[in-house]
Amino acid sequence: MIVEEDFLKAVKNLISKASLELPEDVIAALKKAYELEKTPSARAILNSILNNIQLAKTLRRPICQDTGLPLFIVEIGRNFNNCRIDYENILAKAVKEATKEIPLRPNCVDPLTDLNTGDNTGRMAPIIFYNFNDSDRLTVTYFPKGAGSENQTGLYMLTPSTPIKNIKKIILTHIVEKAALSCPPVIVGVGLGGGADTALYLAKKALLRPIGSKNQEPLLSSMESELLDLINKTGIGPMGLGGSTTALAVHIDYACRHTASLPVAVSMQCWAARRAQLVVSRNGDYTII
Amino acid sequence: MNTPLDEKTIRTLRAGDIVYLNGVIFTMRDKAHSKALELYRKGGTLPVSIQNGVIYHCGPVVRKIGDKWEIISCGPTTSYRMEEYESELITEYNIRMIIGKGGMGERTVEALSKIGAVYASFTGGAGVLAAQKIVEVENVHWLELGIPEALWVLKVKDFGPLIITIDSHKNNIYSRIRSEAFRKLRDLT
Repeated sequence: MIVEEDFLKAVKNLISKASLELPEDVIAALKKAYELEKTPSARAILNSILNNIQLAKTLRRPICQDTGLPLFIVEIGRNFNNCRIDYENILAKAVKEATKEIPLRPNCVDPLTDLNTGDNTGRMAPIIFYNFNDSDRLTVTYFPKGAGSENQTGLYMLTPSTPIKNIKKIILTHIVEKAALSCPPVIVGVGLGGGADTALYLAKKALLRPIGSKNQEPLLSSMESELLDLINKTGIGPMGLGGSTTALAVHIDYACRHTASLPVAVSMQCWAARRAQLVVSRNGDYTII
Repeated sequence: MNTPLDEKTIRTLRAGDIVYLNGVIFTMRDKAHSKALELYRKGGTLPVSIQNGVIYHCGPVVRKIGDKWEIISCGPTTSYRMEEYESELITEYNIRMIIGKGGMGERTVEALSKIGAVYASFTGGAGVLAAQKIVEVENVHWLELGIPEALWVLKVKDFGPLIITIDSHKNNIYSRIRSEAFRKLRDLT
């Protein structure tokens, strides 16, 4: 059983790991991009990116100054048996303390007063999603996404008769329109179906899938490769200044929809694709991956 | 290149050039732009002169040690948010260089060409790398706007690589790549 004090410490470590270090799959994809690019500007950009990742890790500093609006996805195993943890308050406390200690940039602003709360918490902040599963573990994912790429999110409420060819075209047009402002090379997340909210949630959550992982749905898997290939043929390139790596991956998820609607959401993730996961077992041991 | 920059030198720069800066730069985001223009219209003066200066679209992560500020991470923010203010700021204050990411719109391109200024791109997200090039925080003004929105006066050394993406002759790499991308997309689909 994990006690609240340890849980708080673990969550702070989680926030720190996500803010300071990029996952291995993302680093590997960026290195591959550097080797692929030919032009001086694309190479200079990817070189800056790779240097920056190394500096952040060595100096223990946030990779990007936009340390995101804190977002947690909490997955509670039905056999974890420890649901007395006061999640909301501990996660908020961890955010407040991490903001000061790491430090993170205070990004949380009250839209009514236009005032920055100063500690990244406030009404509905941090954002927390809860899910249940059949495991005996508790997992907490921290997903700090910057506003540059978040502002390029799109939601299209299509008519259900829209052919797949047109859906692909809408997604591609969105990407060509928005990629340069999303700090490419990007990861593209697509949410197909559900309600408007589901589509957006799935699109954003799809960004968390490791680069190189295969979609379990064969139809979506081939659509992912096709879209990735087409995006990279448009030549937008790193930071929108030309090149062959505009996107590192396309990840699609789906949900059943209302018979009368077809929402399609597109979420963009900048190259600084930060994510980390805390896994707590029944006996209270935990790891951060 | 050393600040302050002069028009003649700036006019020699071409889109695609890669440069590094030594000297002083000023961070300004949405609120600082709006405030500077409001002051100008009222006939007021800024707390620091930005004439012939370099404006950096950036909201840094900072830490205060004693009475000294330390910049932890300071990559560029999306420049398009400043589009509604930028042409006026460039014209009224003779700005010579704007540093940001993502490029800017037609009004800014016109103002850059008219005044003799350029738009340079710093790699988005490379916040720690940028912070390594800050020698000192000379001053900070308008902290009441919040840490990201305040006007930070930063002394820099070898600040870059900066890619000149919109020069003073209306060459705009972003819009060129973008129209080519749309053309390729039409051919591909």
